[in-house]
Amino acid sequence: MNPFVYARPDALPEAVRLGATGRAAFLAGGTNLVDLMKENVARPAEVVDINRLALRDIVEIDGGGLRIGALVTNADTAYDERVRRRYPLLCSAILAGASPQLRNAATNGGNLNQRTRCYYFYDVQTPCNKREPGQGCGAIGGANRIHAILGASPQCIATHPSDMCVALAALEAVVRVTGPQGERTIPFEDYHRLPGNEPWKDNTLAPGELVTAIDLPPEGFAAHHTYLKLRDRLSYAFALVSVAVGMRVEEGRVADLRIALGGVAHKPWRRPQAEAAMRGQAPSRELFEAAAQGLLEGAMGQGDNDFKIPLARRAIVRALSQAAAGTPQSQTDKRIA
Amino acid sequence: MDTVMKVGIGTPLSRVDGLEKVTGRAKYAAEYEVPDMLHGVAVPSAIARGRIAAIDDRAARQVPGVVEVLTHENRPREAWLDRSWKDELKIPGEPFRALGDDRVLFAGQPVALVLAESFEAARHAASLLDIRYEEEAHNIDFQVSLAEKFEPSKKRSSFHPPKNRGDAEAAFAEAPLKLEGEYHLATEHHNPMEMHATTLHWHGDGKITVYDKTQGPQGVQAYLASAFGFSKSDVRVVNAYVGGAFGSGLRPQWQVQLATLAAKHMQRSVRVVMTRQQMFTHVHRPECRMSVRLGADVEGRLTSVICDATTSTSRFEDNMEDIVIWGMMNYASPNAAGSYSIAPRDTYTSADMRAPGAATGMTLFEIAMDEMAYKAGVDPLEFRLLNYSEVDAMNGTPFTSKALREAYREGAARFGWDRRSPEPRSMREGRELVGWGVATGMWDAMFSKTSASAKLSANGHLEVACATSDIGTGTYTVLTLVAADTLGLPPEQITARLGDSSLPTAPVEGGSWAAASSGAAVQLACQSVAKKLLRAADKVEGRPLNGAHSLDDVVFEGGRMLLKSDPTRSVGIVQAMQAAELPVIEEEETASGGISGMVSQMLKSRNTHSAIFCEVRVDEELGQVRVTRIVNAVAAGRIINPKTARSQILGGVVMGMGMALHEETLADRKLGRWMNHNLAEYHVPAHADVEQIDVIFVDEPDPEVTPLGVKGVGEIGIIGTAAAIANAIFHATGKRIRSLPITIDKLID
Amino acid sequence: MTHHTSPKAGTAHASAAPMASMGASLTINGTPHQLLIEPWTTLLDLLREQLGLTGTKKGCDHGQCGACTVLLDGRRINSCLKLAVSLDGSEVTTVEGLGQAGRLHPLQAAFIEHDAFQCGYCTPGQICSAAGLIAEGHARSREEVREQMSGNLCRCGAYTNIADAVLEVLEKGDAR
Repeated sequence: MNPFVYARPDALPEAVRLGATGRAAFLAGGTNLVDLMKENVARPAEVVDINRLALRDIVEIDGGGLRIGALVTNADTAYDERVRRRYPLLCSAILAGASPQLRNAATNGGNLNQRTRCYYFYDVQTPCNKREPGQGCGAIGGANRIHAILGASPQCIATHPSDMCVALAALEAVVRVTGPQGERTIPFEDYHRLPGNEPWKDNTLAPGELVTAIDLPPEGFAAHHTYLKLRDRLSYAFALVSVAVGMRVEEGRVADLRIALGGVAHKPWRRPQAEAAMRGQAPSRELFEAAAQGLLEGAMGQGDNDFKIPLARRAIVRALSQAAAGTPQSQTDKRIA
Repeated sequence: MDTVMKVGIGTPLSRVDGLEKVTGRAKYAAEYEVPDMLHGVAVPSAIARGRIAAIDDRAARQVPGVVEVLTHENRPREAWLDRSWKDELKIPGEPFRALGDDRVLFAGQPVALVLAESFEAARHAASLLDIRYEEEAHNIDFQVSLAEKFEPSKKRSSFHPPKNRGDAEAAFAEAPLKLEGEYHLATEHHNPMEMHATTLHWHGDGKITVYDKTQGPQGVQAYLASAFGFSKSDVRVVNAYVGGAFGSGLRPQWQVQLATLAAKHMQRSVRVVMTRQQMFTHVHRPECRMSVRLGADVEGRLTSVICDATTSTSRFEDNMEDIVIWGMMNYASPNAAGSYSIAPRDTYTSADMRAPGAATGMTLFEIAMDEMAYKAGVDPLEFRLLNYSEVDAMNGTPFTSKALREAYREGAARFGWDRRSPEPRSMREGRELVGWGVATGMWDAMFSKTSASAKLSANGHLEVACATSDIGTGTYTVLTLVAADTLGLPPEQITARLGDSSLPTAPVEGGSWAAASSGAAVQLACQSVAKKLLRAADKVEGRPLNGAHSLDDVVFEGGRMLLKSDPTRSVGIVQAMQAAELPVIEEEETASGGISGMVSQMLKSRNTHSAIFCEVRVDEELGQVRVTRIVNAVAAGRIINPKTARSQILGGVVMGMGMALHEETLADRKLGRWMNHNLAEYHVPAHADVEQIDVIFVDEPDPEVTPLGVKGVGEIGIIGTAAAIANAIFHATGKRIRSLPITIDKLID
Repeated sequence: MTHHTSPKAGTAHASAAPMASMGASLTINGTPHQLLIEPWTTLLDLLREQLGLTGTKKGCDHGQCGACTVLLDGRRINSCLKLAVSLDGSEVTTVEGLGQAGRLHPLQAAFIEHDAFQCGYCTPGQICSAAGLIAEGHARSREEVREQMSGNLCRCGAYTNIADAVLEVLEKGDAR
């Protein structure tokens, strides 16, 4: 870990000012940043500790919905009574991730900004375009069991590791940010990005911008939802494939639907066309399979991760059945519903 | 006479070191405070093979607090001859010397050590070294290395070559039932929870105290003396607590080399702690490919067993394991043959990890056995009983004892094996396919010459001591029990001291021989104390024990010596010592097999056995495996402490689950580098993975195997466990996976 | 820039403060400490290297094993991923603070009774984690205990015994 200047501002404007140097990193729960600093992957000259900022509330938004502060921990979010009641999909996804200790420290803003688990990104003695632009991608043609099958580029095949963000994508949350240019909101779909030719950019935050809150829209799909996560052991492991589904069922038909995938792309993966094709239809296995087909169109394996394509297809079908039946996946009972 | 139950061999006693461990007071290698100590952080090689062309350490040296950057160019001189660097494993080849020269032999090899006044400064400076390499062609891929496989002429002394019998090839050719399969185990890394660490206290008078993570303090002592030019008496190695090792502490690892080099160079105390990533730059369980051919008659009696295996080693040492002999020993086939070779890769040398050889070879063989049972149309348990051998079928020798039949029976009863539906895919619950599998385990019951001392003070406190190690194995507690048993003292009055090279001689802890060996030594030492006590009792007024001529005439119980012929006549231990004016009785004894032991070694095989039954539930569509129930019935002779012995088996089973489902070190072929070198991506079982494990110790009295009748339980729990799981997965799904671990990708078509 | 200054190890209380060190007050196991801390020192390294509280273990240094678990303001966290300086004003409880010989925490006693460890290295983290689990109040069943203890790896494989120990204390409801 390199030496750095540590600052602990008390208020947002000060934090934004300190964060605008281009060499600064915001420190919240620390669970990802400190890890990356120990690996010398992150080498900020300044660390701006934002833990004193007043971003720890969960409040109602006019017209329905909840605003979740960026510094609310993952655990406090998952166990908040309002979140549990209205957004059980989000709770489930959060509780599927990491460990209780990590969830107690990790914040919601930090969860959005956590970086890939790609082996090459993490090992500074290997090539990685995300870490050092121009080095090449070690994972292409390398060990890529955990890598992307969708939306990858010749520059980068990393995946986004978050579980929470998969649920937020399905919920169509809105990210509130503040930066040198002031405040703005980013639809969740636009927050993370695909690697393209700039794989070092995980998201669309402008330099110095800070996530302040996440707005959850009124529709929480509390009756029909699921978060299904498949991984290499039954807990405390990153997703190989995960599926978040939010569904509204009216008169036996799919009235509204969101599907987001984790572990398969550089961002939570959605295909609104595949969702649209299901609206108005009666839930059936054929319909679910068609949806899976639509979501995975163009999926491409890299060798070690080829299995993710059939795994994702089956996981999508199962997750849709779980949501339609109103039997969401438990994150404790490891039997898959 | 009091009626307090005697605490001794067979009593389930809570760990005597438990209080230290649950309160955080137990000190491990990196936790000793020594004055004026430097922190050393090792810099790993970026390449897998080649030479270091240049090291620019200027930036590192400018970091405040950094006092030195040690490399092959400025290291202090050390022993030249390879034989000076041999450790207790004595693996043939050229032992690795950290910073020995400019050669890079494997990725992550330490190529420099940054020494600083604080850990943080050393850590930062270590990232600032600019190293240029001349890279050479390399290979880490086991499949590729098979082209270079060979049978070394100089073999590891622990290696047992397979002994062929009959004409296995002909019998196989003629067999009406044939199975031919190729089986594979991935590379695994030990990953004990404590990372390898050394705190070296430089006393300044030529003496050093080395707090090292090792399984053999005297081995490290001898090694440091021989390799670094110390007089043995100037080196004391302490490993009172070891945070797991599973074989990773059998050889002195490179952190102790670096700490010693640095201390000599700086004439100061030094601590070197590996990072978790660096825990992937030394010993590991070799990758293995084994082809198995089995022939059987139409009833399912094996007529031919043929195993040919290759395991991985490094390019600088020839590590060998006993892979192919287990099936040849365990089953009664009249014809059997085995061959074994090793294949070099550009990695550190593979070496022993929990049940080396058997955990791989027996496990893979037991998957083949399961396949053959289905071919023969015989229940897998029946199939094993059908081919049961009362003798060691490879060596033709009887066993000192073999209660495997009882293990099968008791394990099957506890598990409910008779309710199994034979057809694969025939048991299900909801969306999950349920499968039941069985496998056999087999390990050596070994004994090593070991010394121990016993020191009884006039206040009735007993200290027993031995230089063996407790790496979580329960040795402190076991030796306390043996002493309590011999001298009739309550455990609270006994202290066991281990893990210190200054204590009576013991071999490195491993191979499941520690309890049998150090236990026997402690018993002998306590018996010598007992004899002196008996003589001292003569001085007690009235001579209540008059007529007791030997230990056979008395019983030690509740702190007293009782006359067997008349238990109303007794003398207190303290009373006897006071009467004889003995402030202390101290004895040291050495347990060795003796002549009768050596004869028995030649004439008989000595092994532990186990029968493992397993239930898995596999999501039919998604391939997620849950191991819901395991019963492991173990025949391991006499169990000194059922409580800690059970934990040993539980731990072996859990590691077997890892072998079956999780553990695989993944390589990048282009870089010649392990890529998932962390605990987030190298998966070991977590709490959620482990449900119900039942352990049964079947009755197996065996006075011949070792002096105490003890066979050891450190390894047997892992052996066969992964096969039982793989076999259960087949029974559940109809999918035969011959390559471990069985990760989800292998169950997705 | 002044942040390159490194103090000698073990001088967290040194009077001649390196310029980059920052003051922080932490209450550790009930005892208030006024500390001068380099910003890049983690809570784990502060405890182990500077305060002599080696009960908290370093098993991976990256939040991947749970051996370093402590209670921060009553909640379990991985101390390896916290910069100590950022915890100014916080209360930290380590295994040493949970209980000692003669006044063991019920979890410590239950771990001994159930042989819920072997090598002992993950044990302080397991115990602190279990204390956090009980305080959180989200676990009732064995299955929930197993899931919510999954952030603590045990390579010796004592999981079933750990679950027994934690459940016993949970069910008795006498954890402090």
